[in-house]
Amino acid sequence: MVTLQHYLILSAALFGLGVAGVMMRRNLIIVLMSLELMLNAVNLTFVAFSRYLGGLEGQVFVLFIMVVAAAEVAVGLGIAVALFRQKGTVNINEINLMKW
Amino acid sequence: METILFYILAVITLGSAFFVIFLRRPIHNVLFMILTMIGLAGLFVVLQAEFIAMVQLIVYAGAVMVLFLFVIMLLNLEAVNLPTDSRSYRWLGGLLIMVLAVELMIPIFRSFSGPELTAAQAAEKLSSPNNTTLIAGELFTTYLLPFEIASVLLLAAMIGAVILSRTKP
Repeated sequence: MVTLQHYLILSAALFGLGVAGVMMRRNLIIVLMSLELMLNAVNLTFVAFSRYLGGLEGQVFVLFIMVVAAAEVAVGLGIAVALFRQKGTVNINEINLMKW
Repeated sequence: METILFYILAVITLGSAFFVIFLRRPIHNVLFMILTMIGLAGLFVVLQAEFIAMVQLIVYAGAVMVLFLFVIMLLNLEAVNLPTDSRSYRWLGGLLIMVLAVELMIPIFRSFSGPELTAAQAAEKLSSPNNTTLIAGELFTTYLLPFEIASVLLLAAMIGAVILSRTKP
C-alpha cells in the first residue's frame, strides 16, 4: 500500500538532490538542470496531493508550473549562451560582474 | 502491483537524479535528466494524472531537454575546460542538505495523516469521464485568466530568448 507519505518523501529527496546540484556544481548548465529537478519535485508533490485528497486543482497548478519552468529554461539558456559568448566560460564563480 | 510500480519508478527517478547531479560531463547529465523525467511521468500515471504525465513527456523529456542538448552542443562544452567543483562547496552543500532533509521530514512525518482516498475513490474524482476532460473544464472556466496570462508569459519568454541569444550586429 503506497501512502501519501511515500510520495512526499520521494519528492523531498528529489528536491534535496536539486539543492545539492545548485550548491555543489559550478557548471551553469548543470545548475539550471538542478533547478528543473527542484521544480519537478514540487510538481510531484502537487500531483500526489491531488490524488490522495481528490482535488483537481493540484493538476491544473502543475500545468502552470510547467509553463513557468519552460519560460525560465528558455530565458536562462539564452542568458547562458550570451554569457558564454561574453566571457568564454560556464563557471558560475567567474560570472561575477554584478557582484559588489 | 501499485507498490511494486512505485518502488521501481522511485528507484529509476532517484538514481538518475543522482547521476544528473554527480556525473561530470554535461551530455551525460542531460541524458540522465531525460530518464528522470520519464520516471516522473510514470509516477504521474500511477497517481492517475494521465494528462500531466503526457505533458511531462512532451514538454520536459521532449522540448526542454532537447533545448539543453542544443545549448551544450552549441557551446561545445566538451572542448572548453569544465569547471572543477571545489571540496569546500561539497562540504558546505552537504551540511545544508542535511539541515534541509530534517526540515522537510519533520512536517511529512508529523502531519498529513488524515483519511486518504483509495484508488477507486480517486479515480471517480479525477478521471470520470476522463482526466483530460476534467482538466480542460477547469482550465477553460475557473482558471481562464491565468491560462491567458500564461500564454502571454510564453510569448515574452520566446522574444526574450531570441533577443538574448542573438549575436551583436
